[in-house]
Amino acid sequence: MKTFLFGKKPTADELIEVESQGLSRSKEIWMRLMRDKSSMISLGVIVILVLVAIFANLLINKSLVTEQNVAERIQGPSAKHWFGTDLYGRDIFARVVYGSRISLSIGIFTVIISTTIGGLLGAVAAYYGGVTDSIIMRITDVFLAIPEQLLAMTVVAALGATPLSVIAALSVAVIPNRTRLVRSAVLGIVDSQYVEAARAVGMKSQGIILKEIIPNTLGPIIVVSTQGIASIILTVSSLSYLGVGIQPPTPEWGSIIFEAREFLRIAPYMILLPGLVIVLTALAFNLVGDGLRDALDPRLKD
Amino acid sequence: MIRYVVRRLLLLIPILFGVAFLIFFIMELSPGDPATKILGIEAPPEAKEQLREQLGLNDPFFVRFFNYIKDIVVHLDFGISWRTKNPVFQDILPRIPISLTLASFGIIFATLFGIPLGVISAVKQNTIGDNTLRVVATILVAVPTFLLAMLLILGFSSGLGWLPASGASSLISYILPVITCGGPYGCAILRITRSTMLEEIRQDYVRTAKAKGVPVNVVTYKHALKNALLPVVTTIGQNFGAILGGSVVAESVFSLPGIGSLVILGIRSKDTPTVIASVLLISIFFAIIMLIVDLLYAFIDPRIKAKYAKGNQ
Repeated sequence: MKTFLFGKKPTADELIEVESQGLSRSKEIWMRLMRDKSSMISLGVIVILVLVAIFANLLINKSLVTEQNVAERIQGPSAKHWFGTDLYGRDIFARVVYGSRISLSIGIFTVIISTTIGGLLGAVAAYYGGVTDSIIMRITDVFLAIPEQLLAMTVVAALGATPLSVIAALSVAVIPNRTRLVRSAVLGIVDSQYVEAARAVGMKSQGIILKEIIPNTLGPIIVVSTQGIASIILTVSSLSYLGVGIQPPTPEWGSIIFEAREFLRIAPYMILLPGLVIVLTALAFNLVGDGLRDALDPRLKD
Repeated sequence: MIRYVVRRLLLLIPILFGVAFLIFFIMELSPGDPATKILGIEAPPEAKEQLREQLGLNDPFFVRFFNYIKDIVVHLDFGISWRTKNPVFQDILPRIPISLTLASFGIIFATLFGIPLGVISAVKQNTIGDNTLRVVATILVAVPTFLLAMLLILGFSSGLGWLPASGASSLISYILPVITCGGPYGCAILRITRSTMLEEIRQDYVRTAKAKGVPVNVVTYKHALKNALLPVVTTIGQNFGAILGGSVVAESVFSLPGIGSLVILGIRSKDTPTVIASVLLISIFFAIIMLIVDLLYAFIDPRIKAKYAKGNQ
């Protein structure tokens, strides 16, 4: 059996061969994903972004992020300053590279926290039903009644505008959404035979939720989470731009644009280049999400 | 039907009460002394103490919350803004029409371009037009609202000089903000319309209608679209929160004095009463829209209408 991990694109025949051999489901999904060009390119973009964020200090000297150089202020893109320089003569490319640490980690951590908490709440609500379900869902309804972005803003306002409180605020805003999603996914399988069988052999409720129910709802959760990273990165940058998120001089992508907003007409590169990075990142996560959805359920693909 | 509407409106009360409590609680966590914020740091401590007593700030949390709700219900009094020193309601009132105009035009714009283009995209699947629309829609969803706004200003305002970049003096100044908050929303509608239409036009009843000689346009728009609308309306409802979020950004970038920009002003100046009142008001608006969306289902889907009718008996 050939392995296709990171290898060449599998052909349709090879896929059928693999499917007929009854490979594990995750491998099968990975194969289907590999056949989708835009997902693979996007995945490449994400890997590069994450590597750049992790190894930013090896690529670019950290002092460039804050180093002001009045002699070189407001210069367009050049070989020395790839994205040009800002009002204070700081290198915008360096700021964007270091900003990726903040933007990406807020996106990823928020998704992990909100999906874990929201997922558990949703699974518990759907599994136990009755009063537990009512209590969880009524509280969720209250949170859902406030538009996500507004809720995040008010929490940031209360907790202060540090990256940690932004993660907390966004998690609070996103959890209800995930609770509802997972609850409806679990409701669909809670009466299925394998859950009944697990109960019949005497498995405990926690075990059934963690080992039987959650693994079987992972598909839609993974898709929503992947695209959730994109939407959170966009929300974070919007919060910073509105002046209620990460504050300058911290180089979050939105706050880099916030600082440059007065220069839209004179020096649009200051806004367009960091903006392009935001768009590419969000696009990559969205496309991988689309690809995953098709790979998980090929019937949905048109 | 009427009973259903009344029931839904009654159900809103506990939810909005919860929203008020939640926002009140969150803002309670924010640091700083309100009396100092209102009177300034140099004010004598006695004056601050007097103001605190006057505003009831020395009462326990639940007493203050109860009084807050009582004032709203009995006198429509949302408190005094710490920033402007005016009654909050007076600050909000003139801003309501501006936000309503922006949100309703936003939703109309999004629907008017999302649904027809989605249908065309599905009918002409895999043509150049379809692919272009899909690429544009996919990219637009990934553009942050404020960047879209800035690009529009760069293109249509400072570039071509066609449209104003700020203010709310005439309807023309709403064009760019409406595109800003309606654009990404319209793309979401386009995508869902396309995928549900693709499912519908492959159904047997569509084939039968075509075989019977019904003109293709009639089959597409009268038969298939009607059946595809339900998930589309769901998307319109579910994403409405996004249009409200988007309008906050649009109002700030285009300096439209609406409720959204008031929230931002309130948060920046730590003006708690204004923040609570504006968020509460936006949530009420949000809830009413969701109710309308639910009622729309009944008009689109006769099965749901039948259910309502049964409930009335």
